[in-house]
Amino acid sequence: MGIASEAPFHVLAVDDSLIDRMLIERLLKTSSFHVTAVDSGSKALKLLGLIEDEQRNEEPPSISLEAHQDIEVNLIITDYCMPEMTGYDLLRKIKESRSLKDIPVVIMSSENVPSRINRCLENGADEFFLKPVQLSDVNKLRPHLLKSKVKDEEHRKINNKTRELTEIHSPR
Amino acid sequence: MDRNQSRRQVAAMKQCLFDQDDANPNFVEEIVTLHYRDSSRLISSIEQALKERNLDFNKLDTLMHQFKGSSSSIGAKKVKAECNLFREYCREGNAEGCTRSFQQLKKEHGALRKKLEAYFQLARQAGPHETACRSK
Repeated sequence: MGIASEAPFHVLAVDDSLIDRMLIERLLKTSSFHVTAVDSGSKALKLLGLIEDEQRNEEPPSISLEAHQDIEVNLIITDYCMPEMTGYDLLRKIKESRSLKDIPVVIMSSENVPSRINRCLENGADEFFLKPVQLSDVNKLRPHLLKSKVKDEEHRKINNKTRELTEIHSPR
Repeated sequence: MDRNQSRRQVAAMKQCLFDQDDANPNFVEEIVTLHYRDSSRLISSIEQALKERNLDFNKLDTLMHQFKGSSSSIGAKKVKAECNLFREYCREGNAEGCTRSFQQLKKEHGALRKKLEAYFQLARQAGPHETACRSK
């Protein structure tokens, strides 16, 4: 158990512009990432399995990992300016979520606004890329992903152990 | 124009026009085509908006923001610079400035389009072999 997976990292790209989605997807694939691209923050949250708190309360008080995470995402890269939910809003929601807060988040913007950049970085964004995003920017992602991977594996070990113990004490 | 000359020309244009990715030469054309489809629509909308009696600067700014985003994503620096200028005028509520800079913007947008179309035509003439070669 706990075999290090050889699967490529999975990046979730969020951008309301079709062209930008195509470009970022292309850049990411060129760097051997597996990519899923969506056009809004709400679609991203749905994909990440982030459901509002009300449903969570119905769960039995057992130890549950990522309650509803349907797919595994290793990094989220999002545009800042999007209608309805901005990249910043999305960042906040992710960082406020117990299950998602450790996923590295990168913000992209075509506007060079220092206060905006700082706000994102201060609120948990790991990087801020100015558009047009270059391959050299995408190369900066790997260290964040590798760091997360180590963290993930630690968590997995702890959770496996905890599950083992729980099963011993409450047999089905 | 002989084949070698075409190839050299294509390579040169590529270098100065964009960061190339030769795995799929059609990708670039696809993106550019999409961009011009979108941007033409936006230009029409902006043109319409500029005809109004009382200019809605917020609307103009929003339209220009989209236009700028798409232009900057394909690396259209001059167009992007005009977009920024336009938005400055919007912020100031300067109708004349907006109109002037919009005219300039259309010029840049059209000029770039011509260059890109010429490039794609040349690339097609030079043949798929050229576009598949890495020239870094």
